Amino acid sequence: MSGRVLVGVKRVIDYAVKIRVKPDHSGVVTEGVKHSMNPFCEIAVEEAVKMKEKKLIKEVVAVSCGPQQVQETIRTALAMGADRGIHVEVSAKEYESLGPLQVSKILAALAKKEEAQLIILGKQAIDGDCNQTGQMTAALLDWPQGTFASEVTLEAGHVKVVREIDGGLETIKINTPAVLTADLRLNTPRYATLPNIMKAKKKKIANVKPADLGVELASKLQVLRVDEPPQREAGVKVESVDDLVGKLKEAGRI
Amino acid sequence: SKGFMLNRSQFAGKQAPMCALGSPTEQQPPAVSFAPLQTFSEEEGMMREAVQKYARDCIAPYVSKMDEESAMDPAVIKSLFDQGLMGIEIDPEYGGTGSTFFSSILVIEELAKVDASVAVLCDIQNTLINTLLSNLGTPQQKEQYLSRLSTDTVGSFCLSEAEAGSDAFALKTRAEKHKDYYVINGSKMWISNAEHAGVFLVMANVDPAAGYRGITCFMVDRDTEGMAIGKKENKLGLRASSTCPLNFDNVKVPEKNILGQVGHGYKYAIGMLNEGRIGIAAQMLGVAQGCFDHTIPYTQQRIQFGQRIFDFQGLQHQISHVATQIEAARLLTYNAARLKEAGRPFIKEACMAKYFTSEVATLTTSKCIEWMGGVGFTKDYPIEKYYRDCKIGTIYEGTTNIQLSTMAKYIDKEYDH
Repeated sequence: MSGRVLVGVKRVIDYAVKIRVKPDHSGVVTEGVKHSMNPFCEIAVEEAVKMKEKKLIKEVVAVSCGPQQVQETIRTALAMGADRGIHVEVSAKEYESLGPLQVSKILAALAKKEEAQLIILGKQAIDGDCNQTGQMTAALLDWPQGTFASEVTLEAGHVKVVREIDGGLETIKINTPAVLTADLRLNTPRYATLPNIMKAKKKKIANVKPADLGVELASKLQVLRVDEPPQREAGVKVESVDDLVGKLKEAGRI
Repeated sequence: SKGFMLNRSQFAGKQAPMCALGSPTEQQPPAVSFAPLQTFSEEEGMMREAVQKYARDCIAPYVSKMDEESAMDPAVIKSLFDQGLMGIEIDPEYGGTGSTFFSSILVIEELAKVDASVAVLCDIQNTLINTLLSNLGTPQQKEQYLSRLSTDTVGSFCLSEAEAGSDAFALKTRAEKHKDYYVINGSKMWISNAEHAGVFLVMANVDPAAGYRGITCFMVDRDTEGMAIGKKENKLGLRASSTCPLNFDNVKVPEKNILGQVGHGYKYAIGMLNEGRIGIAAQMLGVAQGCFDHTIPYTQQRIQFGQRIFDFQGLQHQISHVATQIEAARLLTYNAARLKEAGRPFIKEACMAKYFTSEVATLTTSKCIEWMGGVGFTKDYPIEKYYRDCKIGTIYEGTTNIQLSTMAKYIDKEYDH
């Protein structure tokens, strides 16, 4: 096995920022807004770096797709301990319609090129909330997948994954190479220490174009309109159960 | 744009620094020759973000308790070391981060937004202790102390005495030479970090007849026989930062523990305080900004007379005035730091930065309490702590009056023909 792990990191609007919809309803406002690494991607990076520290794998490669700014996100992954980065260049215009299917194709192509033993992704991004990229990537590669991982144990030739599912926890054993997606409780990501930020400067980020990987970016999906969720309105207090039933009938709920 | 990383050698003797543009929130505009002061290299930007996150998650939860108990939590001090914040400019050869003075300034500002006491501990370590060791230490002294300072040992700087504050050179602590060691007798007062320090840089006079030209800097390890750390002061603000008197009773210090040259201590003290001044400016800037950041959201949420109190013109004018003062304070601080990095004269500007930011912190915190109304006056909200913490800014590391007098000396020279 190559001992190489590919980790996908996405640059998203920081979780603490109040999201505003653009006046033309084509999307949300991103200009001048604070961006950070997707929290689930941080957990993915942390898991990969921990594996390397335990000497279970040899190299962590951080990948991000997007325009120039995503390099900051790759640098953060490098500061957390990734060895090198790959920036898949996508123009700002193309980025607007970039979705899980195209990203999965890119990651699948890179995994083959880099002879990756594992791909670790966040379970979903906090902007799209799609929860599809990991699963699609595994399908394209015909690799097994361990999604919603809250515990990962890498052993020779396979991975034991404890998954958070509706009924509780499910433990599966899958062969490598495999795709894993990180859930919230998998680990607590480290802070990039200042010395590691300095060391990250020397690490390399390679630039690659989707076309070089044989991937077409055209999307079959089109966003028609983006709206804010309806404003939360005040509730109504009722005095008795009969009142409650009456009001619910009035509102056509029962 | 790639943008190049800043390091000190690029600045020695050069014109205004060329920095890579683009804070993490913005698109990358084309690089220009004369960038705005609020321009950071990629590494400075990353450090700032990293410290912001770390301070929010690892320090903020302890702030209230540390203030009430007047004690710094050892876990907080350890995390400062683990994050590499205690050896920012120290060479990686000695376990440090190997970054720049400006990075230290940004770190201190971000820490102060969360807690001024933690910020001052980090400031003293980086701008006073580490700088003195790095600039003056012999290879053996650096070997012995720098790696400890960057990984687990807090340092204290001991200049002031009961009878020697602004008049620092009137210090009476005496060091008598015997063969290859000195015996130190005397007391120091107002020593920050004393409770936690493992090494003390003590200014003592080896030759009182020579006046200030006898002042010498000695490195004294904690637990040296005869050295006693007194009870810490019960203070209005910066309570989590220990401020203690020290007593020296026939303390033996080997000659090899002298930092720099005998009788040159006064020069080192002045030189180092010039830099430390910018660090304090950064701390006061953080106090003002942190307090402001907690207050404005409240004014946007608080409704009186059917509207947000932020929308009253009276409030708006006050808020805008304070915001302008903070911006001006920031520019003075950043510019003083960049001047120093560029190897250009910076003392007048450093004095201006420290003087102005400490006054702005006082104004800002006072106004913030008013804008918050009654809740601003309670300990349930963090505002009153900023108000108490800022006051020391006009007093320590050179009082406001001293700063103004120093500036006047430079202005006098400028117009001297």
